[in-house]
Amino acid sequence: MSNAADIPARPAFDLLGALKSAAVTAVVAFGLFSLLIGVRTDQGPTGALELTPRLGALGVIVAIAFIGGFVRALFAGEPIDFAGRVPNGLKAATALVGRYFGFALLAFAVAEPVLFYHNRYFLDLGIQVLTYVMLGWGLNIVVGLAGLLDLGYVAFYAVGAYSYALLAQNFGWSFWICLPLAGFLAACWGVMLGFPVLRLRGDYLAIVTLAFGEIIRLILINWQSLTGGPNGISGIPRPSFFGIPFVDEENGFAATFGLEYSPSQRTVFLYYLILVLALLTNWVTLRLRRLPIGRAWEALREDEIACRSLGINTTTTKLTAFAMGAMFGGIAGSFFATRQGFISPESFTFSESALVLAIVVLGGMGSQLGVAVAASVMLVAFELFREFSQYRMLVFGLAMVLIMIWRPRGLVATRTPSVFLGRPKEVPAEIVAEARQ
Amino acid sequence: MSAPADPILAVEHLSMRFGGLVAVDDLSFAAERGHITALIGPNGAGKTTVFNCITGFYHASVGMIRLAHTDGTTYLLERLLDFRIAKLARVARTFQNIRLFAGMTVLENLLIAQHNPLMKASGFTMLGLLGLPIYRTAEAAAVDKAKYWLDRVGLMRRADDPAGDLPYGEQRRIEIARAMCTDPVLLCLDEPAAGLNPRESAELNELLLGMRAEHNTSILLIEHDMSVVMGISDRVVVLDYGVKIFDGTPTDVRNDPKVIAAYLGVEDEEVEQAEAEVGL
Repeated sequence: MSNAADIPARPAFDLLGALKSAAVTAVVAFGLFSLLIGVRTDQGPTGALELTPRLGALGVIVAIAFIGGFVRALFAGEPIDFAGRVPNGLKAATALVGRYFGFALLAFAVAEPVLFYHNRYFLDLGIQVLTYVMLGWGLNIVVGLAGLLDLGYVAFYAVGAYSYALLAQNFGWSFWICLPLAGFLAACWGVMLGFPVLRLRGDYLAIVTLAFGEIIRLILINWQSLTGGPNGISGIPRPSFFGIPFVDEENGFAATFGLEYSPSQRTVFLYYLILVLALLTNWVTLRLRRLPIGRAWEALREDEIACRSLGINTTTTKLTAFAMGAMFGGIAGSFFATRQGFISPESFTFSESALVLAIVVLGGMGSQLGVAVAASVMLVAFELFREFSQYRMLVFGLAMVLIMIWRPRGLVATRTPSVFLGRPKEVPAEIVAEARQ
Repeated sequence: MSAPADPILAVEHLSMRFGGLVAVDDLSFAAERGHITALIGPNGAGKTTVFNCITGFYHASVGMIRLAHTDGTTYLLERLLDFRIAKLARVARTFQNIRLFAGMTVLENLLIAQHNPLMKASGFTMLGLLGLPIYRTAEAAAVDKAKYWLDRVGLMRRADDPAGDLPYGEQRRIEIARAMCTDPVLLCLDEPAAGLNPRESAELNELLLGMRAEHNTSILLIEHDMSVVMGISDRVVVLDYGVKIFDGTPTDVRNDPKVIAAYLGVEDEEVEQAEAEVGL
């Protein structure tokens, strides 16, 4: 008979218990995968389906589950005190790195076109990363600050992209007029989405916003006369350097400034453009956090009823959060349109929304630095695993599961107060409300 | 007890029904300006429902709730939205189960309470976004007011701590300070002494009396702690099953047979007598 009840603290390595727990995990894995992986259906010579057993693959997966379960059970007894084991010197060093990490990242972002001027691939990757950083920061206003779970963010990205494409093609308006206009139009759509979902919270809000994203995509596919349907819009005007086009001609950018023409010049310009737009998003967000509206957003995330008892109009507060997030999504969208030169509804599927939301969640809701790091890591990882693209979602899912086990509140989970009397103290993640209540 | 000469709040024929349940039935009472009016009664008597009707979280089924400012403006609270009651009629409230913004610091909590004046000072965000001095001075004034109330409730040292980290009694005081930061004319406190020890209750009494004296705040109070009710209230209204059974001074309420019956129950022979009357 077990005397576990008599001993308050369990032994550090409970081998038998771990084996037992691993065996249970293996049995569950066997039950789960016996049909999914254990057999394959092939078309036989007569055209009928034949079952091909794949005992080897099944064995491997069950073994992996067993070993994984064993390791987990061994170390699951008590949470490992990582913080306590790190020597103080290393702690101070990481704190120093942590303090300047954001600046280092920014410096690298500014210097990248200089460092990799001739490496088109790195520049394009940089542009893509920055686009997602901007989208992440935009969505962070809605999800991280205001606590409204939005699964249809890509709709605003699409609105911005199509606004620029249509205005530029039909009226010949310049990029610099269309950019704020696209942001404004997307903000209007944000308010339009906001109105019907004002009363919804959490999961219900997520479902409606998800549907909204799909509605926008379906309209783009089916309104053939305006949007070109599934064929999309091609030949979208590329951006010019405040009126001077990037072409190898006499009135082009290179000739005007006495430089040698290189196609990289446009890429570098686009890179700095999205960098400035992303930093603008960041600056506005940081600024708003310290203003009454930003504090009201965070208060809304914490407790809506208390907000109303203090005289805060929760309707306009929610709508401004939606509008602000949508505006940055729309601006990013119009940048996307001018960079690609071609857009179609294919680019605005639900998986884009999910990716941006994953960036915000992994980064730590409400943390600007966390979102930037998460976007960089995720997109660079996607590029690195491009050759194994069939396993991409598998790795993605696994990474999500691992991060949710180790850092359930995201990479940067603490919250910095917006105002303080003495020294700012970080608010621990456990007591900050999340985007569901 | 006679009707108040200068009522700040007049509740007339208030009824609140949830389907077939009548939580508050034809309740009328008035609260005198500058007084502390206590609303007491056994659990489930409908006290918090009355509060929710006054502060707009429920829409009264029947009745009128009139609030009068000193400048003569009157507001019919049953017609206003909840946040407008706090913003225009300047009625603040606390909650039975504390509702602080747990993930934000104490100071941030007190600044959110000053949202409306700060919003105006920030030019509805536009001026504040540009960082104009007009907003910065307004924010400094708001921080000063928050500091004043932190000092009053004796929690200055906790200003930069997350509100959710504070012990229960301190959270209750912060909630009162947060409500006072909205400059209310009427403060509705829902069981402010719940979970406090006798010393903390005595401190609370002092705080409430001080607020009434120095800020001329009228207070409406739901409370079970009789040391608070008897110690500071000027008038007591007793509810039982949604019906008002007593309205008078604290000294009278102790001896009222109906109130004693509601709290302690009645003797068996009285039940038999009552049953005989209705023919059971």
